[in-house]
Parts: sequence; structure tokens; C-alpha cells
Amino acid sequence: MGLTITEKILAAHAGKKRVEPGEFIEAKVDIALGNDITAPLAIEEFRKSGVKKVFDRSKVVLVPDHFTPNKDAPSAQQAKILRDFAKEQNLKYYFDVGRMGIEHALLPEQGIVGPGDLIIGADSHTCTYGALGAFSAGVGSTDLAAVMITGKLWFKVPETIRFIYRGKLNKWVSGKDLILYTIGDIGVDGALYKTMEFTGEAVSSLSMDSRFSMCNMAIEAGAKSGIIAPDKITLEYAKKHCSLFQPKADPPLADTVHCSLPTSDPDANYCEIRKYDCSKIEPQVALPHLPSNTKPVSEVGNIPLDQVVIGSCTNGRMEDLRIAAKVLKGRKIPSYIRLIIIPATQNIYLQAVKEGLTEIFLEAGGVVSTPTCGPCLGGHMGVLAEGEKALATTNRNFKGRMGHPKSEVYLSNPAIAAASALKGRIAHPAKI
Amino acid sequence: MKLKGRAHKFGNDVNTDYIISGRYKFKTLDMRELAKHVMEDLDPNFYKKIKKGDFIVAGRNFGCGSSREQAPLAIKYAKISGIIAKSFARIFYRNAINIGLPVMECNTDRIKEGDELEVDLEEGIIYNKSRKKKIKFKPLSRFMIEILKDGGLAAHFKKYGTFKL
Repeated sequence: MGLTITEKILAAHAGKKRVEPGEFIEAKVDIALGNDITAPLAIEEFRKSGVKKVFDRSKVVLVPDHFTPNKDAPSAQQAKILRDFAKEQNLKYYFDVGRMGIEHALLPEQGIVGPGDLIIGADSHTCTYGALGAFSAGVGSTDLAAVMITGKLWFKVPETIRFIYRGKLNKWVSGKDLILYTIGDIGVDGALYKTMEFTGEAVSSLSMDSRFSMCNMAIEAGAKSGIIAPDKITLEYAKKHCSLFQPKADPPLADTVHCSLPTSDPDANYCEIRKYDCSKIEPQVALPHLPSNTKPVSEVGNIPLDQVVIGSCTNGRMEDLRIAAKVLKGRKIPSYIRLIIIPATQNIYLQAVKEGLTEIFLEAGGVVSTPTCGPCLGGHMGVLAEGEKALATTNRNFKGRMGHPKSEVYLSNPAIAAASALKGRIAHPAKI
Repeated sequence: MKLKGRAHKFGNDVNTDYIISGRYKFKTLDMRELAKHVMEDLDPNFYKKIKKGDFIVAGRNFGCGSSREQAPLAIKYAKISGIIAKSFARIFYRNAINIGLPVMECNTDRIKEGDELEVDLEEGIIYNKSRKKKIKFKPLSRFMIEILKDGGLAAHFKKYGTFKL
């Protein structure tokens, strides 16, 4: 019996020839990530252990991105714990305001994660890096502390569901729509404890940005990880981003970014195979209050909106901003709608300025914010009042997620979000 | 490991925001304080109803959503001895074990609000005293029980200097 890409990566990091689903393993971790919500608890655990130094200063990454620039004194206190720890441990990868980006857009951009890596992060959307052909899973703060101390962690080898996306994507359909459609099909616990392996010609045709948003939401189906086998597009991305970073790399980058190209064997063992015909998939919207509550945009009906958010670790990348700008260019949003656009990293922000996208957003009546997770989790930069409705390119629409427990969040891709901001209600860009 | 307490029932897809709302989660690292607000959005009086050792009994996908350990910690500090659910979101499951909070997977339909339960973790048996019925669950792996007995991954690791799989 052959192995899946996930089993190969886990076996390699556990020092074994092969691993079986259900097996407990102890594996070496290439990169461990924490943010301003989860790292303080991990740092506290680290201190309690009595250990003085993290296992490798170039493999522990801290990104204060959730409540930064700090919204109040308690969040400033949390961020300070990270900053002090990063200084004390002389961490190689610590990103403060002005260099900071939303962690799951930032790490690939900075070439810190790559194909074949084993990555853990104390953030549920750590599964994003699976788009690079890495095994990447969200864990808790205690797990992060354990890795900071030992460089290793225990894992239960997951079963894999293979998803095959056939055919060509329709216009305005992106990776976000494929994953929303899939979660709508299998439900919020449809891939519980499992890996979702995304394959098929429609996935091969996706840009890296679209692949990141697909893997990002694997957790919303309960999955341990999402993964796309590396191909030419992955390698081009990894080469570009890793080489950008290489001159500064110390020790050599090969240590953290393998740039190997693992793939699943033809006779690999899948617990389930699901096939989708992409020619039948139109842009999707997830209605309140679960990401699985999806409908094609044409069937959503008349939903007036108060706010539109374009950004987050799901959809705050260059491709997302470009398509939003394409829809918004030369147009203005109505007076009673708020459009908040958040480029996911400092580099994306700068590129958006250079390409004239920020000008389009500002002229349309939107605001452009420095990178932050902010509104996605009801933190800051666009929290909703009672009874308000928002359409967001984010990943979760649980009750109260973006603010008041009686507010509502709808999820979509950035093109739908931009068109909806213009119409003041959920709308298809073809109807603008 | 044996546990005893009463059942408090909840439904499917109880997410980490319902377990401990974001309103409190980011403000404090004091878990005793967070515990007072556990499950508040689903049942405002829940904390007051808990007697030491009680169980949370739920449906599918308990603990879905974020990876924040504040969720299982708030439950543990509210003196809940364990959670019994049809299934758990995996990060929550992992976090619960890592902080020393027992989690058990089985069909929970035959457990009602207020039922008196006795759980044997090693044997994988829940005895519903109120209904005189036994419910089996897949026993936790030896490795997980060791972590629970040691009071969590941090203490376990300190004791052995390895994960001791």
C-alpha cells in the first residue's frame, strides 16, 4: 500500500519509513508559530518548565496580529509579553507593527514555511500552509510550549479524504468558492480529525493565493489539515519567496524550507474520495451562523448589508485585492454602507499602493487598514452593532463572531464582497 | 481514573466562542476569572449550577472554532471533571488532554440533564446511575491517560523529560 503526501511528511519527521492512520508518533517540528492571543499562555508554560532557551531561535515564530496595533491596554500588555520574549530569546522571526502581517499570509510570503515542512501553530488557521504541500496543523498553547522546549510534538496520524475537483472554474469562482462549496457539502464536522487532500485539474489551475484560501478553511470542516501536492506553481512560489529571504538566512534556509516535492502514491490509502464537477459551481455565500450554511450567490435573495470586510488570513492577499479593485474601479459605494479593506501583510499593502489599488478603494468610499485580524474575530477595526449584517471574505460566521451576539456575518469571495458593497446588498459582480 | 458527577447537557457544534466569549478571552490570563463566564452565552447561570466534579454532556463537534486553550481551561477551572460528547473538534480534544481535562466520545442521547454519572476512563465505561444503564466508549489511549494522570502535558513532560508515547 502506498502513502499519502501527509503520511510521507509525518513519517519523514518521525524518523520512520512509514506511518499508519491512527498511529501515535513523536515528530520533529520545522516551524512553530504563536500570536498575541495564544503565545502569552505558551510563554507562561515555557517559563514554568524551567527551561531557559527555546530549542531553536530560528524555528519559533511570533506574530502579534490579532489586536494590533493594540486596541486597548490589556491587548497591549499581551503583545508586550511576545515582544519581551522575542527580544530575550533573540528570535529570528518576530514581526512587530509596521513589518507585521496576518500570520498565515506572512509566513509563506517571508519564505519561512515551504513544501515538505511540518508546521504547527497555536492558531486554528495554521492549516493554511498545506497549500505549499506542507503538513500544517493548528494546536493549543501547551503544544506550542512543548515545541518551544523540545522541537518535537506528539501527533496522531490522520486519515485522508481525497477531494477531486474536475473541469474548469466558472468566471468569478475562486478557491474560496470551492472550499465553501465543499464545507457546504460535508458539513462543519465532515472532515473531523482528518486531512483534506485537494486534487484535480481545477485545483492545479488555481493560483497560490487561491490555494491558500482553500487550505485555510479546512479547519471549518473540522479537518486537522488541508493539503495540495506541490507542483510547478508551488515551486515557482517557493523559489521566489525563499530566494527573496535567502540572503538574510542564517543558518542556511534549506534547514527550514525543504523545497522537496512530496506527492501521494497512486495506491495511497484514502478513507473517502469525493468528486466535484466545477462547471456546476458558482460563487458561494455562507449564511449565518455556520460556514457550512452555503448557497450559490444567485439563490441568496435580497440581503441588505451594513458592512463589507475584505481581508483576513483567508482573503487578504494580492489576488484578492486586485479582483476587488477590478469590481470597484471608478465606482462609489452607497452612503450607508461601510467598506473595510485590510491588506494581509505590509508587503501586500505596499504593492496595493504601488499598483494604485488603494486609490481605487479610497475613491470608492472604502477605508484601507494596516494589516490586522481585527474585525474577523470581533476584535477591533469594524465590530458590528446589534442587528447589523456584514458580508466578509473571512472564514467564520458563528453567532457574535464579528461583534454583537445579535449581528450576522455572511461569507464570500472578494469579488462578491466588492460587488455587494456597491449594491448595499449581497450581489453578483456580473450584475454591477 | 474514575470520575463522578452530574450531567449538564448541550447541543451540537458548541464552538469555543460559546464556551468562553471573546469578550473575556482576551482580557485576562486569570483562568479562575474566565471560568465564571463559561458557557455564558448558552446558559447565563451555568457557572452557578456547577457542583465540583460535574460533566458537560454534548452532541457532535464540541469545541469547534478557534485553537485557544482558554476554552478547555475555563471549563477545567469551573470544576467540571470531564466532557462527554458524540464527537469533538480536534484542536479542542488535543488541548483538553494537554491541560488534563478528560474527554470521552460516545452516543450521548441516553444521558439526560441532571443524570448522575460515574466514568471509568481506563475501562471506557460510563455508568448512568440515574437510569441504571452502562454506556461504553472507546477508552483513551494509554498515552493520553498518562498525560491526564500527570495533570496535563506540561507536568507529564516535566516528570519524564519526554512525551513518553
